[in-house]
Amino acid sequence: MDLSYTDEELAFRDEVRAFLDEKLPKEMAAKVAGRGELTREEMEKWHAILNEKGWLAPNWPEEYGGCAWNAVQKHIFEEECAFANAPRIVPFGLSMLAPVLMKFGSQEQRDHYLPRILNGDDWWCQGYSEPGAGSDLASLKTRAVRDGDHYIVNGQKTWTTMGQHADWIFCLVRTDTDVKQQEGISFLLIDMNTPGIEVRPIILLDGTHEVNEVWFTDVKVPVENLVGEENKGWTYAKYLLTHERTNIAGVGNSQAGLDAVKRMARAEIHNGRPLIENPQFAARMAQAEIDLMAMATTNLRIVSKAAVGQAPGVEASMLKVKGTVIRQEINDLARRAAGPYAMPFPSEAVEGDNDPIGPEYAGPVSAAYFNNRKLSIFGGSNEIQRGIIAKVTMGV
Amino acid sequence: MNFDLTEERQMLQDTLRRFLSDKYDTAARNAILDSETGLSEDIWNGLAELGIIGALFSEDYGGFGGAGFDIAVVFEELGRAGVVEPMLDTAILGGGLLAALGDDAQKEMVEEVIGGALHLAVAHGEPASRYDLNRVETTAKAAGDSIVLNGRKAVVVNAEAADHLIVSARESGAVGDVDGISLFVVPSDAAGLTMRGYALMAGGRAAEVTLDDVSVPASARLGEAGKALPAIENAVAAANVALAAETMGAMQSATELTKDYLMTRKQFGRPIGTFQALAHRMSDMLIELEQARSAVINAAGHLESDSRIRDMQIASARNLMGRVGRLVAEESIQMHGGIAMTQEYELAHIAKRITMADHRFGDTDYHLERFIALSAA
Ligand SMILES: Cc1cc2nc3c(=O)[nH]c(=O)nc-3n(C[C@H](O)[C@H](O)[C@H](O)COP(=O)(O)OP(=O)(O)OC[C@H]3O[C@@H](n4cnc5c(N)ncnc54)[C@H](O)[C@@H]3O)c2cc1C
Repeated sequence: MDLSYTDEELAFRDEVRAFLDEKLPKEMAAKVAGRGELTREEMEKWHAILNEKGWLAPNWPEEYGGCAWNAVQKHIFEEECAFANAPRIVPFGLSMLAPVLMKFGSQEQRDHYLPRILNGDDWWCQGYSEPGAGSDLASLKTRAVRDGDHYIVNGQKTWTTMGQHADWIFCLVRTDTDVKQQEGISFLLIDMNTPGIEVRPIILLDGTHEVNEVWFTDVKVPVENLVGEENKGWTYAKYLLTHERTNIAGVGNSQAGLDAVKRMARAEIHNGRPLIENPQFAARMAQAEIDLMAMATTNLRIVSKAAVGQAPGVEASMLKVKGTVIRQEINDLARRAAGPYAMPFPSEAVEGDNDPIGPEYAGPVSAAYFNNRKLSIFGGSNEIQRGIIAKVTMGV
Repeated sequence: MNFDLTEERQMLQDTLRRFLSDKYDTAARNAILDSETGLSEDIWNGLAELGIIGALFSEDYGGFGGAGFDIAVVFEELGRAGVVEPMLDTAILGGGLLAALGDDAQKEMVEEVIGGALHLAVAHGEPASRYDLNRVETTAKAAGDSIVLNGRKAVVVNAEAADHLIVSARESGAVGDVDGISLFVVPSDAAGLTMRGYALMAGGRAAEVTLDDVSVPASARLGEAGKALPAIENAVAAANVALAAETMGAMQSATELTKDYLMTRKQFGRPIGTFQALAHRMSDMLIELEQARSAVINAAGHLESDSRIRDMQIASARNLMGRVGRLVAEESIQMHGGIAMTQEYELAHIAKRITMADHRFGDTDYHLERFIALSAA
């Protein structure tokens, strides 16, 4: 056991820092720090910068354009990106669909879609959830009926993140209604420009537009857009979910968030002293930091084990639960630290050419707090994860 | 001891609840949230006509209530319905200060408040004051017969809609001194007074107020020169009772909405409330809600007590409300799942009201600290 970075790892960290310092546009980082909504163009730009460097797809096998990094390198990269306020790379094509195509897609599908994902030609969104099918995903109802060379799709998806920007959606659809729920589901790739698709915005409680309803009315999808076999979609969906959990602990994010909280607590004055010296606040902050220090090691332990061929099973669920709880606690600290200046509505505080209303750091904190309640809801809610842990470890 | 509401207060509660359930549903409120002013004059006038504002003042000022329990009854209902209209700012703070310190002319303004015709905002907090009530940098300097105000006031709730701002300023002493703070009634269109208005996360509006050589006559001073802090503390004590009651009302709504949702939303072929992982947490929320109600009763019942007892009860209520409020807001969202994350959904608004109350007149930690100091004294 050795807890320090090796010389190579330190050199790698310097390389990542130098790259971010040189290539990450300052305005973009500022926008990320202030939780401004990035335009599709901005996201594309960062995507292209990473792709040019060859650092876009750390988790892909090298043959497809991945980085051949070990777990520690991935961790360093993630941490540095978070500290530098680099935009989050949209995961749907890169981290979710790609692994499925690599394992279950046809050669044609791989040759066509994978390079387009890397090059940023196609933007993907995830069409899993429906109004009636959230945690109980297998109960989904969106119907695809074979008609010659096409499937005809009818139904509704919801909570579709980035649906307003996406060119394509990968969907779970029902192709057989006469069998056990899980055995009648297929995995379809659908062009968002197909007639009959309508995207309706859902505004989240912090005023952001990141999710949508996607409605399908007699949408014609060519049969070659089926991934793998008909009615085997559930297997692929479950496989995808294990990849959805990469970087699930969000350690880098939490570290950057805690750093920001400390800066705020140094600047805020209560009773003539900096807030960071206030026993109540200091104790809250210390507890979050203690949890996070352990989490960073838990994360590396689990992820490095997976790297040598042991898939993280139940541990991924553990990372999801603890990692999101810590992130949410840090969001809560930030909101407290901002005091009365957490009250303004964020768009008024950070958007436009206006100066910030209060201290610059206060603008986004309450929005971040409310928005990140999603962390324990999506990607398999924390209740569902706890259910998995119990099932695997106790068989109940 | 008797924990029943008096007949009058029971009527007050019934009337207000009926009015709000008729007029203040999610759709109506969402329209108010989207509006430019962030409040509805219709609702305001309706509340005035029903005597809701009058219930917050004693007979001496033209009202028919004004005790801690009156405030608690009204604000619990406002909280249940997620009302964003600034009753706290115009009536409890603004009206409360006028009633406590006003000369005859100023006291007459209270009647206008009760009638719904006058909106007020109290401009006390400053960019660097956080929750500390004694930290006032804004200055008031005599110049002949007038007084000239200079400074900046932060997050002044209801400033844009207010006809008058009640502005605190220092006439003597150093920033942080208890003595030397005065209050002035300043028309919102006074020369040199500028506002940068904005919407608030939990609804309603506020502004950053800049006073740049704002000149007012000496008759604009409210109360004695340099002696305003105790009155400010009294008004804030009443505001804390109001806020605690409002939060408790909102928590009641959150638990009701969650309970209903748990019994109607089905996943895996059964209502999600039948999963024990959720049922027990629902039970915890209900337990904590009872605690919250008791804390509000304690605080409201001691609003008229001597200040140490009063302040201890208030600090304890606000601390408990902060802790329990966070639990209820977060757990309600979590147990709803994605639906509670949408702006238009009732619970999302209620959860925001609960959470953002923790940013006015001291948060959970601030009140814990106060409690420690008071209980050790
Ligand atoms: C911001 C955001 C973005 C999203 N993006 C996408 C996306 O891009 N694509 C997509 O397909 N989906 C997306 N989702 C949907 C997300 O995956 C679902 O919200 C999630 O699966 C939960 O489903 P639900 O919201 O219907 O809640 P429900 O499943 O109805 O759950 C409600 C509550 O019941 C609990 N519960 C359910 N079953 C059990 C059980 N068996 N035991 C104990 N507790 C249980 C849940 O944990 C939760 O607390 C997104 C959601 C959000 C909020």
